[in-house]
Formats: sequence, structure tokens, C-alpha cells
Amino acid sequence: MTAVAISLVVNGERVDADVLPRLNLADFLREHLKLTGTHVGCEHGVCGACTVRVNGDIVRSCLMFAVQTHNATVETIEGISDSGEVSDLQSAFRERNALQCGFCTPGMLMAAQDLLKQSPCPDREQIREHLSGNYCRCTGYQAIVDAIETTARARTGRLP
Amino acid sequence: MKAAAFAYARAASVANALELLTAHGEGAKVLSGGQSLLPAMNLRLLSPELIIDIGELDELRGIAVNEGIITIGALTRHADLLKSPEIAAHAPLLTAAVAHVAHPAIRNRGTIGGSLAHADPASELPACMLTLAASMIARGPKGERRIAANEFFAGIYETALAPQELLVAVELPVPPKNSTHFFHEFARRHGDYAIVGLAAQAFVRDEQFADLRLGFFAVGDRPLLAMSARKLVDVAVTPKVLSEASSALDDELAPLEDQQATPAMRRHLARVLLARCVSSLLGRADLGTGASP
Repeated sequence: MTAVAISLVVNGERVDADVLPRLNLADFLREHLKLTGTHVGCEHGVCGACTVRVNGDIVRSCLMFAVQTHNATVETIEGISDSGEVSDLQSAFRERNALQCGFCTPGMLMAAQDLLKQSPCPDREQIREHLSGNYCRCTGYQAIVDAIETTARARTGRLP
Repeated sequence: MKAAAFAYARAASVANALELLTAHGEGAKVLSGGQSLLPAMNLRLLSPELIIDIGELDELRGIAVNEGIITIGALTRHADLLKSPEIAAHAPLLTAAVAHVAHPAIRNRGTIGGSLAHADPASELPACMLTLAASMIARGPKGERRIAANEFFAGIYETALAPQELLVAVELPVPPKNSTHFFHEFARRHGDYAIVGLAAQAFVRDEQFADLRLGFFAVGDRPLLAMSARKLVDVAVTPKVLSEASSALDDELAPLEDQQATPAMRRHLARVLLARCVSSLLGRADLGTGASP
């Protein structure tokens, strides 16, 4: 099986690589680019730990082959952390103890930020629904929903 | 786990995809959104020799409404269906159903064509196609043909598509004005595969069903358009009538056992859904508890 040349933009930087077709995007990011913030949990699309953005939309990086990202723009947790895009969400997670082991957190932040971009004032039910594809096995979801709700309020100037 | 090795071809056009399918047929798999194919490959349930990636064929994307027909390109993503004002206006059943298809990150990649060609009996869209009397448009070496939804789904992960054929679009007749719909599914977690689900479209006149189409899913090896719906059309629905329809429905079901539910549980839940559906569409709270045998 021969390698395929791909060219894409990852966190604002052009990346050219030769990849085997069977390599999934999560492994490409982690093993080839050393962007290990994207976590690999179930490898069949159930847990959400590998959530990244491709062309602005959140996707499961375990359910895309790297070859499918030719000409695409990919953003990982490293990219949206470094740019400061989610710094308020990250602070809210820390303050509310919305993480314990941290394995699910990159995916949670990706999904939460996606929701807040589309709907700035979600209610708790909408938050739960948007995060329904992301598993946390430590804290339960109450604190995560709290942190996202608090961030939404702060961003829209509705803090008490 | 990771997918086994395969050769990869990025189709440059539909014609190119068909050439590749003709040359490789059974050994090849078409990759659209990959949200069913990749889990199956990662779990090593499937190990195709060749993947034909049709993801860049923009001609297969999009929604059009013309002369009472909604045409949806095979590569139209679930996220596009969910946001589409045309679908919300003309086939709101589909909007309601797609909200239950997996999770946002999966709806951003998964496509209607992929879901239909994959033909998981527990998925929502195949049942909606039966309910809405859709036709699947398949293109192959000999040209294009239309396959009615009730002839398309042939079993678990089985369809009427030949190995050399590509599903390019679906066509749905726009339901008549003032028709109504009902969608509900039981699942362990929002977005999971249904334990049992029902996608229904109805026309109610003078407090009776003038038409009722009931598409059940996860009740057998393929979605089911329930013939027992006929027992509820053009009659005053009483608890007794509903109970008879419910028994007739039971005879049509062939539920499978899996880790989610026993066949008996699925039969029970299908009857619960039938009662809720009829109660909701007729605005008759008294019928909602008619599930018990």
C-alpha cells in the first residue's frame, strides 16, 4: 500500500506529509505532528475525546483518515488554546472542578466552544444535548455543564 | 483498533467513481462521510481492498425542491439537513429525525447517502425514506435507475444496490399541505442508535386519519413500513381499534436480540410508540396509554 501526499493547514501552519491511507487523523496529529492534546479513546466515534475542528466544523478525528484532510484546515486543542479562543472556558472548567483526570477535557472544550459559537445563550438542556457525544468518566457532567453555562453568561455580559 | 491497510483512490468525478467501482466491484467500498464505514473498519468488521473516496464530488451535494419533489444529493450531510429551511418547510419529519442521528461532530461528516447505503436497521433515515415514500437514485455502468424505498432495504447492512452502483441522490414527494408528522425513538443516550423508533407521517381530516404511514426502525433486520396502519385509517379510533392495530403491528415485527434489548422489550416499546403516535397526531390524550396488550 503506497503512501499518499497530503497538504493541509494545522493550527495556522502549512503541513505537507506522505501518509498511509489507513492512518486516521487522530494518529496523524498525535504521532506525526506530536500534537498530543487530541486524545484517542474508543476509536469508533462514541467517546468524543478525539474531537477536533476541520474546516471550522467539529469532527471525530478517529473517524477521518488523514488522506481526507488534503486541502483542509484543521484546528486542535493546541491551536485554540494558544490563540486564547477558549481561555475563559478553560478557566471556568478549572474553577468549577469540571475536570479530574483531564482525558475528556480537550474534546469537551472543542464541543463546548462549538456550541457557544452557534448559540451564545444555550440552556442546560441544549448544553447537555451538544455534549451528548462526549464521555466523561470522572466528574459526571454537572460541573461541566455549570462551567459552560457560566462562560456563556460571562461572554454575553449576563454575569450576576 | 485501527483500520487494516487498503489502497486509496480519490474519485475526481462520478464517472471516475463508477469506473473504479466497475473495475473493483466487491473488493471496493465507497467512502462518503465515513461515520459508519470508519467505525466498522476500525473494529475490523470490514477490510476493503480499495477505498473510493467520493468526498470531493460537490455535484452530489445539495437540496432542491421542484414541482413537488425534494431531491437530496447523496453527499448532503446530516448537519446540512438539520439546518435546511427547505427540509424544515417541506419535510419536517426529516428535520425531527436528523436531530436524533448521532452527535454534532458526527452529523458534521455523516451523509444521507452513506447512511442509506449502509442500511443499519436501527438508524433513523432509512425508516424516514419508507415513511416518506422516497426513491433512491442509483447510477451504474448502464445508467441511472430509481429504486423505491420499500425495495431498497434488503437486510442488515444490505441494500438493492449492485456492487458497481453508486447511490447519487434521493427523491421525496413533498407531503400534502397540512399533513402532520410524529417522530420518537427510545435510546440509552441522546444520539445513540435507537432501541426502537418510529417515524410517522399522517393526514388527519375530521378527527380521523385519512392517511397514516408508520416507519418503524430497530424492530427487525430492516426498517418496516407497518401495514397495520391501515386499521387506523378512515375509522373513528377507539381504544379497541387501537388495540387491534397494536396486535396487528405485533404480528409484523421480527425484532432481534442484542445487548440493548430483548425482542419482547422491543415489541413492547413498538406498541408504546404506536399509542403515543396515534394519541399525539389525533390530539387524543385518552389513547396514549393504549399500549398494554
